[in-house]
Amino acid sequence: MAKPRAYVMVSVDADTVVIGAREVKTRLAAEIGGCGLGGEVRVLETGSFGPSDAGVVAAVLPDGVVYGNLTPERIPQLVEEHFVKGRPVKDWLLPGEHFLPDPENSDPRGQQYFGRIVLDNCGRIDPESIEEYIANDGYFALGKALAEMTPEALVEEVKASGLRGRGGAGFPTGLKWSFCASEQADIKYVICNADEGEPGTFKDRLIMEGDPHKVIEGMALCGYALGASQGYVYIRGEYKLSIERIRHAIEAARENGLLGKDIMGSGFDFDIAVKIGAGAYVCGEETALIESMEGKRGLPRVKPPFPAKAGFRGKPTNVNNVETLANIPFIIRNGAAQFHRIGDPGTPGTKVYTVLGHINRAGLIEVPTSVTLRDVLEDYAGGMRAGTFKMAQLGGTAGDLLDASMLDVPLNYDSLAKNGHSLGSGAILFMNETVKVCDFLHACMKFFAHESCGNCNPCRNGMEALLELTERLKQGAGYPGDIALMEELVMGMQSIAFCPLGQSPAAPVLSAVRYFRDEMLTGIDADAVRPRPEHTMRHLMKLAS
Amino acid sequence: MAIKLKIDRQDVSVPEGTTVLDAAAEAGVHIPTLCHVPKVTSPGSCRVCLVEVEGARTLQPACVTPVMEGMVVRTHSKRARQGRQMSVELLLANHPWDCNACVRNGQCELQTLAQTLGITDVRFPYSREEIPVDTSTPAVVRDMNKCILCRRCVAVCQDVQDVGSLAPRARGFDTVIGAGAGENLCDAVCVQCGQCAAICPVGAIYEQDAIEDVWRALDDPEKHVVVQTAPAIRAALGECFGLEPGTSVTGKMVAALRRLGFAKVFDTNFTADLTIIEEGHELLTRLKTALVDKGEVSLPMFTSCSPGWINFMEHFYPGLLPNLSSCKSPQQMFGALAKTYYAEKEGIDPKDIVVVSVMPCTAKKFEADRDEMMDSGFKDVDYVLTTRELGRMIQEAGIDFMKLPDEEQDSPMGMSTGAADIFANTGGVMEAALRTVYEVVTGRELPMEKLHVTPIQGLSGLKEVALTFEKCQPDWSFLEGVTAKVAVAHGLSNARKVCDMVADGEGGYHFVEVMCCPGGCIGGGGQPRMTTDEVRQARIKAIYTEDEGRPMRKSHDNPAIDQIYKEFLGEPLGHKSHELLHTHYQAKAPA
Repeated sequence: MAKPRAYVMVSVDADTVVIGAREVKTRLAAEIGGCGLGGEVRVLETGSFGPSDAGVVAAVLPDGVVYGNLTPERIPQLVEEHFVKGRPVKDWLLPGEHFLPDPENSDPRGQQYFGRIVLDNCGRIDPESIEEYIANDGYFALGKALAEMTPEALVEEVKASGLRGRGGAGFPTGLKWSFCASEQADIKYVICNADEGEPGTFKDRLIMEGDPHKVIEGMALCGYALGASQGYVYIRGEYKLSIERIRHAIEAARENGLLGKDIMGSGFDFDIAVKIGAGAYVCGEETALIESMEGKRGLPRVKPPFPAKAGFRGKPTNVNNVETLANIPFIIRNGAAQFHRIGDPGTPGTKVYTVLGHINRAGLIEVPTSVTLRDVLEDYAGGMRAGTFKMAQLGGTAGDLLDASMLDVPLNYDSLAKNGHSLGSGAILFMNETVKVCDFLHACMKFFAHESCGNCNPCRNGMEALLELTERLKQGAGYPGDIALMEELVMGMQSIAFCPLGQSPAAPVLSAVRYFRDEMLTGIDADAVRPRPEHTMRHLMKLAS
Repeated sequence: MAIKLKIDRQDVSVPEGTTVLDAAAEAGVHIPTLCHVPKVTSPGSCRVCLVEVEGARTLQPACVTPVMEGMVVRTHSKRARQGRQMSVELLLANHPWDCNACVRNGQCELQTLAQTLGITDVRFPYSREEIPVDTSTPAVVRDMNKCILCRRCVAVCQDVQDVGSLAPRARGFDTVIGAGAGENLCDAVCVQCGQCAAICPVGAIYEQDAIEDVWRALDDPEKHVVVQTAPAIRAALGECFGLEPGTSVTGKMVAALRRLGFAKVFDTNFTADLTIIEEGHELLTRLKTALVDKGEVSLPMFTSCSPGWINFMEHFYPGLLPNLSSCKSPQQMFGALAKTYYAEKEGIDPKDIVVVSVMPCTAKKFEADRDEMMDSGFKDVDYVLTTRELGRMIQEAGIDFMKLPDEEQDSPMGMSTGAADIFANTGGVMEAALRTVYEVVTGRELPMEKLHVTPIQGLSGLKEVALTFEKCQPDWSFLEGVTAKVAVAHGLSNARKVCDMVADGEGGYHFVEVMCCPGGCIGGGGQPRMTTDEVRQARIKAIYTEDEGRPMRKSHDNPAIDQIYKEFLGEPLGHKSHELLHTHYQAKAPA
């Protein structure tokens, strides 16, 4: 068979499936075949290229052309113009070349950059083809580790890479692994936390949809390092396509001897199963996730014991985020030193973000940890869509609000910590001046109050109080002292709540007060008097009856 | 291994695995707690027992934080104090403000905490929606508006009793402790044991109050109101008046009941002795059927004194109901006899007799309402008060309990033996039965020191002992050389284990005593709060002391029992006994 001269990569992910990506793909194949080009032009499915607001997207390789907003109706014209007449349809081209799956130079500012680590295959390969993954160095790291490295050396390599957890807390991954590795047990577990619940964050989903084998390989490497024989991917139930593709990848890996007994003849046994979550935010907390996996109500556990000692079914367990695990193959394949050269030395590597809000280009990006918020806004997100930049929330609802004074701080744990901020889970929400701080805070508190599991008192009652406090401010009916009370409450919750969920409101609330105190003061009614508590109760009783 | 740490600048050395809470107690520091109940539950979720641990980012809950070498703990630093205050202030914010009219006023753990922690203002709004109060069962009332979601009741219902009726529903601020899949206890499989009411720190779960009914009866000149008190009351009632757990107050209790206006102060102990005679004969009859007649008979035989246990059997093990002794509980035997034997003897129309029970138990309220319990032609027991309610009545009547003289119960239904006293605690019914059965069979006294069967005493969950009959009396020669194996379980999670064993044909037991509540009736759901294992031990000790101080310690020595058989019942398991003292139970909707 003749070698194809071109590939059309149709991005099929959970978002595009519902707007007809598979129909577009079918139509493309039919039209191309109809023109007698079936042998020259191949139509393939791939994961997300990044943009999340451009409808069905398809790239033509090696031409390097990306079309957006495709519909089955547009296909005949597209095929006629592009493939028969050889001229791209300009109206449907997507702006922003940096969404192009170009591994050699995906940093738009031309800085020295070793290419994408996590998303290098996304949009380039068929996620349902293990052959394509293998052809792109896939499972090389696993083979290298099993053939050349001891489990201890593997843990040391990850430690040396300086990789820090990408789930939000930024805990050093190698150190976390070493806790579980040193435990003795008849069975240990590796869990991939794919319960991505932070509003606005969907990077893990796109990683799983675009390059599921990378996650599988990362888990297998982790299993080898820790002496674990069983892995689980805990995926939230809404992520239908992720579940499908991860399951497919597990099957394919098993068929190719890359999972199961005696992997690559090394004597290492490791298998993976998928567990589906029911969508509670708190289940992203690793002990609540484990409880949920055991079939119980998803409530965080008392720590200690930590999962490394007694996790799933009481056995030593290591839980890592999807993106964290997806970094592992690169580190093992290229060495810790290579990884360490990328990005900021305190948080080496890259970070995957979903960027959204009042910007020109929303979607998925992977950037070195040395870029600033301004870089992301101007270079990757294409600037503000309307109005001027007012603030950005970094890391989902549990993240800090930053104002323009923070635009030039590099986005990594250390640089942000120096400024009193944290990086969060991987969402950046840009907002212009139309968003009122008190409205925004109230929306955040609504989310927390909804997701509070109700087990610990400070979170259960504290979130409800915050809901009321922000509602009052929003309506301009705050009592004098409410802002100080709110600060006291969130700081209190930060030190007394059971799990990170109850500690979370501190980030948005305290940063909002820090940057937007004057605006928040306009929510206070200077003449208002706080009623005695029993009166607020009677008021409510009346409403209820 | 000993762990050395510093608590509030004091050096402390405690065994590995000790919690900071217990280590602090060693150092003389009391850290307040709320959701933590030793040996029952430590969810670490109320965030009241917070302490500052050097190096930790957040405050740590002392009840679940294990000590670590070199740990530096500050229990009352500014941060720890403020953290605790914040926790309690948040609880108070959504707790109703009707403390003055609350059943727990003055004995509420939340109230005490607020006071101890110096909380004088609550700055957060009340946001809860009114939930209807659950009065659907005769045993307990659940007012979920007052619930602070500590989940102590859930732990006791699920883990200690293994009934699983109570569980949290919904999420976050909307979380409510539900009953089964519904809102009301009557919709759930509930055995009415009241352990939830006994462990609740606030006024959210409490007994259905019968005080007003009892006052009305006492105020009615047409009524002849008699009272019986369960064996477990005397070892606990004093706690309502500030006495140490384990103080026996039998005489003062009798005096107080007389002053409240009861016409006769009797004793459930009397029918406890009667139970031993009836149940002992029932056991021997079953053994004879099995060994001599080779007939169909269900063994082991289970005791049937504990109504929570009966409910548990009906719901969870209906297949084992034939193993249950057909004897009614002593409370119900008393009621049936008070309105027949006593009424006849005293020439009082039974319709004018009101029988009031004082019980350590909420399930007794349910039992008194059962359809099976009307064999006298009337409701055998009219009203059941718990120990706590009696305490409140005495207080309301202004009786200075401590100044009361010791008085004695009335005859004949107030006369009893030490064997009846020990019905109050786990192992007691079995010991009382063995005292009589052994002597009936062999003609000799039970050959044990002070008549105590020590292997079945104490608080371990499941206990057993074997006893061989030798040199039997001619009537019982078929038992010669037979080794009777008996078991004792308390707390329904242990009862479940025994039931599973029996259902699987294991254990080889002949006779099994089960008491629904941990420790037996002295730990009942109607007893003064809080019942910890230390309190249980103290009450049990008081009961055994009562027993040992008695001139008569075996049920068959009770002359009033002889008298009632002569005057009224005829013989054990006779026609009248069957009519008044025995019953049968039915399977309930499967759990």
